Amino acid sequence: MSIDWIISIVTDNWEMFLRGAWMTLLVAIVGTIFGALIGLLIGVINTIPKPDRGIKRFFLKFINAILAIYVEFFRGTPMIVQAMVIYYGSAQAFDLDLNRTFAAILVVSINTGAYMTEIVRGGIVSVEKGQFEAAQAIGMNHWKTMIHVVLPQVARNILPATGNQFVMNIKDSSVLNVISVTELYFQTKSIAGNNFRYFESFFVACVLYLIMTITISRILRYFEKRLDGPQNYQMMDDLTQIEGKKS
Amino acid sequence: MIASKGDKLMKKVIEIQHLSKSFGTHEVLKDIDFSVNKGEVVCVIGSSGSGKSTLLRCINLLETPSGGQIIYQGENILDNKHNINSYRTKLGMVFQSFNLFNNFDVLTNCLVGQTKVLKRSKGEAEKVAMKYLKVVGMDRYVNAKPRQLSGGQKQRVAIARALSMEPDVMLFDEPTSALDPEMVGEVLKVMKELAETGLTMLIVTHEMEFAREVSDRVVFMDKGVIVEEGSPEQIFNNPQNERTKAFLKRTLK
Ligand SMILES: Nc1ncnc2c1ncn2[C@@H]1O[C@H](COP(=O)(O)OP(=O)(O)O)[C@@H](O)[C@H]1O
Ligand SMILES: [Mg+2]
Repeated sequence: MSIDWIISIVTDNWEMFLRGAWMTLLVAIVGTIFGALIGLLIGVINTIPKPDRGIKRFFLKFINAILAIYVEFFRGTPMIVQAMVIYYGSAQAFDLDLNRTFAAILVVSINTGAYMTEIVRGGIVSVEKGQFEAAQAIGMNHWKTMIHVVLPQVARNILPATGNQFVMNIKDSSVLNVISVTELYFQTKSIAGNNFRYFESFFVACVLYLIMTITISRILRYFEKRLDGPQNYQMMDDLTQIEGKKS
Repeated sequence: MIASKGDKLMKKVIEIQHLSKSFGTHEVLKDIDFSVNKGEVVCVIGSSGSGKSTLLRCINLLETPSGGQIIYQGENILDNKHNINSYRTKLGMVFQSFNLFNNFDVLTNCLVGQTKVLKRSKGEAEKVAMKYLKVVGMDRYVNAKPRQLSGGQKQRVAIARALSMEPDVMLFDEPTSALDPEMVGEVLKVMKELAETGLTMLIVTHEMEFAREVSDRVVFMDKGVIVEEGSPEQIFNNPQNERTKAFLKRTLK
């Protein structure tokens, strides 16, 4: 009977399952955060205004071309292959024995960064042109405009897509078992390899994946609401109230 | 009638010489000579597409002029060495579409330029912002986000934001054209009050009554050139150029 098997598998192996789930979460969280930072950085670099001529123009074009290749490469190849190439490639080419957890986070970050670059580009495009112009008109340079006016709006715009990427990373990090990262899929495979109850073991993994993805989605939605702030504003009846509020 | 403004006419805040602007092969501004004097209120009128917005946008360099000079404090700011950003703090710009910073509340909209660009202290900036929010009648809305305001309220905050930088001249690009008719009045009223304080203002507008009332000088533009300029009495009651006459006939029905 499957139910009995599931119960005994969980009682015997709960520690391994939890350690696997924790590794999955760690790789997904850190990878998504670094990926988002990579995407934001590249998105901003893409918007640096190019002078009409000169060395700076050439330099910016060169950088942008390299970044475009990076995005194409990592969006155009499967993460499972990227993991193999990065892990074994660095071992072979540079005689570098990467820590497996580090390698996993590296792969997910770089991969997510490529997707986030596109998401950030869309997020910047969706900020009205008038926002840039108003910032320039009060004397803000490109960086101030970006940091104070554009990026906060971009962050809000891309939050749903970033959350989506996070959920995908929780699921897709399972491919990292090919470089023996002890995430949830890898752990489940070991457990099932010992008890030969493949269905029951992976059923438990399924439930754990679902708990993680659903919880994360809910938390992100809550944050989105919080970020939008209250629906109503408070009227100030006199100046003293504001002074009071500010101090 | 200009006698009372005599001393104001002495000092040019901004002087434009031979300004031209092309988009590709389309020449939008042709050899414009023009200046705004301290304390003067100048209205620019003309049919849509005549280059009024482009003129304003060239003055604060949102568009790069194709040729000519913009003289501010005795220097041509189109010279390479010039710091565009510090020049822009001296010009307040009010856009047709308000362009309030969506991520900030009303007060912060009026603070961010002061603290991040002019490097004023937060306390000083707040004092200045509240002063101008009061001028435009929006001081009670400091906590509101732009999306919670009506068009007229947004435009008044946008005016306060520009004033908070304490610029030498305010540029208005059709500030009431995007507003529902019932909100046009509240914005024009604020602008009229500002004009009376002696603020230097350059206003692109389709509100002819308003232009006649507040202007010291009216400029009529057509097809990228300044066709005629003069006192409101001259332009509205006794236009010299045929194109001016035709335009006024169309607009004043
Ligand atoms: N960014 C642009 N690219 C190309 N053409 C433009 C651009 N901005 C304005 N124009 C053209 O310049 C002319 C003048 O426009 P504008 O200054 O906006 O006129 P106005 O404000 O008087 O209505 C129009 O023919 C318009 O199509
Ligand atoms: Mg216009």
